[in-house]
Amino acid sequence: MADTAVGATTEPEHGSDPSRRDFIHIAAIAAAAGGAATLVWPFIDQMNPSADTRALASTEFDLTKVAEGQQVTIKWRGKPLFVRNRTKAEIAKAVADDSASMKDPATDASRVKPGKANWLIVGGNCTHLGCVPTFGGGEYGGWFCPCHGSVYDTSGRIRKGPAPLNLVVPEYAFLTDTKVKIG
Amino acid sequence: MLRKLSVIAAAAGLLVVGAAGPALANGGALKAKEVHWSFEGPFGKFDQAQLQRGFKVYREVCSACHSLKLVSFRNLGDKGGPFYNEKYQNPNDNPWVKAIAKDYEVNDIDGETGDAIKRPATSADHFPSPFANEAAARASNGGALPPDMSLLAKAREEGPDHIYSVVTGYVDAPKGLTVPTGGHYNPYFPGDLTSAWHGDHKHTPPGGFIAMAPPLKAGLVTFDDGTKSTLDQQGKDVAAFLMWAAEPKLEERKQTGFAVLIYLVLLSGLLYASYKTVWKNESH
Amino acid sequence: MSGHSTYQPKTGIERWLDARLPIVRLGYDSFVDYPTPRNLNYWWTFGGILSLCLASQLITGIILVMHYNPSAQGAFASVEHIMRDVNYGWLIRYMHANGASMFFIAVYIHMLRGLYYGSYKAPREVLWLLGCVIYLLMMATAFMGYVLPWGQMSFHGAVVITNLFGALPLVGESITTWLWGGFAVDNPTLNRFFSLHYLLPFMIAGVVILHIWALHVVGQNNPTGVDPKSKADTVPFTPYATVKDGFAMSVFLILFAFFVFYMPNALGHADNYVEANPLVTPSHIVPEWYFLPFYAILRAVPDKLMGVLAMFGAIACLFALPWLDTSKVRSMRYRPTAKIYFVFFLVACIVLGFCGAKLPDDPVIPHLTTFQLGGSDLNSFVWLSRVASLYYFAFFLVVLPVLGLVEKTLPVPDSIASPALSADAHKG
Repeated sequence: MADTAVGATTEPEHGSDPSRRDFIHIAAIAAAAGGAATLVWPFIDQMNPSADTRALASTEFDLTKVAEGQQVTIKWRGKPLFVRNRTKAEIAKAVADDSASMKDPATDASRVKPGKANWLIVGGNCTHLGCVPTFGGGEYGGWFCPCHGSVYDTSGRIRKGPAPLNLVVPEYAFLTDTKVKIG
Repeated sequence: MLRKLSVIAAAAGLLVVGAAGPALANGGALKAKEVHWSFEGPFGKFDQAQLQRGFKVYREVCSACHSLKLVSFRNLGDKGGPFYNEKYQNPNDNPWVKAIAKDYEVNDIDGETGDAIKRPATSADHFPSPFANEAAARASNGGALPPDMSLLAKAREEGPDHIYSVVTGYVDAPKGLTVPTGGHYNPYFPGDLTSAWHGDHKHTPPGGFIAMAPPLKAGLVTFDDGTKSTLDQQGKDVAAFLMWAAEPKLEERKQTGFAVLIYLVLLSGLLYASYKTVWKNESH
Repeated sequence: MSGHSTYQPKTGIERWLDARLPIVRLGYDSFVDYPTPRNLNYWWTFGGILSLCLASQLITGIILVMHYNPSAQGAFASVEHIMRDVNYGWLIRYMHANGASMFFIAVYIHMLRGLYYGSYKAPREVLWLLGCVIYLLMMATAFMGYVLPWGQMSFHGAVVITNLFGALPLVGESITTWLWGGFAVDNPTLNRFFSLHYLLPFMIAGVVILHIWALHVVGQNNPTGVDPKSKADTVPFTPYATVKDGFAMSVFLILFAFFVFYMPNALGHADNYVEANPLVTPSHIVPEWYFLPFYAILRAVPDKLMGVLAMFGAIACLFALPWLDTSKVRSMRYRPTAKIYFVFFLVACIVLGFCGAKLPDDPVIPHLTTFQLGGSDLNSFVWLSRVASLYYFAFFLVVLPVLGLVEKTLPVPDSIASPALSADAHKG
């Protein structure tokens, strides 16, 4: 690219005014290097998500499809997302553990929307290395990751195993009582 | 001697390049009427009001037969697009784009039942096509296929000028020309009329037969900005809109190009100075 | 060329590496200390420009592959996805498409420079042959690359070119079927062309290394065609040649950028923005501009097989060139008669390119009827291309072999640096 010219002019040369002469060479090299560096940006940025991928980054979901005590896994941004309609018992269990010692402390209330405690929406990838945990495994009544044995509770908080963080709560909002917009 | 011959060769070369262009133009059709477009030239930009009018013409007239399948609703709100608004850098949030998308229905599959359903479009969807497939399109148009319009302005040698000339250029067929059923004479549409012409064989009329009936007429579309809805205005606006649809990055391209050329001229100047300095004491 | 290396490793690490893999020494001897004739003009900067073109095509091409979908179903849409949705995709694709044309502009200038200054003559025959191989690979790569967007011109261009092989007696049909992987150009054809379009540029890069190696063995030719005799005749490659090449590259990039940003589709065909349709052929099918002269030679011959042979023969002439030219004087600077024939050769090539873009039976001078000859009007592009083709072959097969034996040449200087002329003014 334009930077092939770099190094072209470094050799000192028996000229008259050394400072002016060097300045021209340095300016030429700097300009060529700057241009080459600028050209690299499009070549890097092209690997970022394209406009059509970004346009699909948000999705709407109808909650009436999920009965109490059930969970639906939807695909969002290419990854699974758990939408869980929690039972009263599950919520109570999660709230009761709020003060227990945890790796990534968080209250259950902070992981749901106010007044919608039954709806838990969390990313379906284990925060350890990205496997998809299954519900109903492990001793905390929540999720269990089959890959390396991480255990999450009914609020999706990490309680045991190698994973460092709670299941991620994505950005979402209730459009109506039965409809959420995720992303 | 060599110098003279080189000049002759260069002149011949230029002539060749100059003459090669028109040779590739549509066989037998009139040269398209030249329009001065806002997006021409090194600083050319789309005229947003014109794009909005052109989109309305497309939406209310063309879209009955012509698909625009490579364009998404969100594109309408992209920078340089008809409904771009600085407030909504993400075109998916643009309220005009959302409202337009909602008016269209697209095919989808019901996530639970697996049935084919229709749902209102979102800004991420592409413009739905008026016909399910090519056969359906041909069946509804007397065997002719209305071309997809996404790239039409780049897929014709004379670009938007050609589109404008065809939609505004319909005239009555000259006497002695047998117009086939379902055909319409248009002097700007490429074709070979030799076999349909019964007049003087030296003067076959220009143009060809197009299956599309004259699509536009004065007052057919009401422009929201109060612009008088003449045939000429509709033709220009829809051609400009189709140019945008075919090359939505045109503004970005020309602006980047200007910066790149300035940079390269400066770099060349610096390198020339550097070159002169290096070679100063060397005879060559 | 340089004989012995003058590289002096300065640091311990350099000495350590130099004893194990003398790669820095190789770079130093080839691109820094390498003695370059001091009288090289701007026509000699096109070698550097061509490396720039190759690098640009490789980088943009590898990037495009990250987004391109090589299937008859998805190719066209994926190219438009690149143009509309991929970040800077429009820039990268326009750079790649126009870069191909720039590559050919540069390579034609490079070849004509070699032709004019006799750079193919002993001891540079292998250097020239390697260059011809690069050119051949470039043509194959460009042709297959043009098929990939799967537009109307892509598809029907592929049909026409693969059908050329059908002209071969006996095996023709089997070869075309084999090339297509079916009974017509279709998805298998697209997939293999994609594979080869990715492979060939790396082969080009390999042959370029051989080309540069051969160049450094025999040394660069120069406008006088006289071999450098002493140190006074040369300058070190860096900084003298590097800064000149750098300046020339930058100017060349202005032309490149002008096409990419202001007329990105001028060198292409409008029909290629229509998706491939095997049932309809575009009304006027022509190859890309850089193939037009050969296309004109193909059409100049009325017989299918002979036309194909003539076209390949035109390229074969380039390979045979070192043994066709009998002149002992390298540079045409001292061959006034050859110079005139050279200019006419240039005109013939341009005329052929012109004819290749035209319909063969169209009149050269409109509204002028002459008389029929060989089934077509004498005032037609097919006859013009016949005349030009004839000159093309005559230049290689008659002019260069005969002229070298009979021409009167000008006195050749003794050396590059000294203006003193050789006593033997009538070499060859």
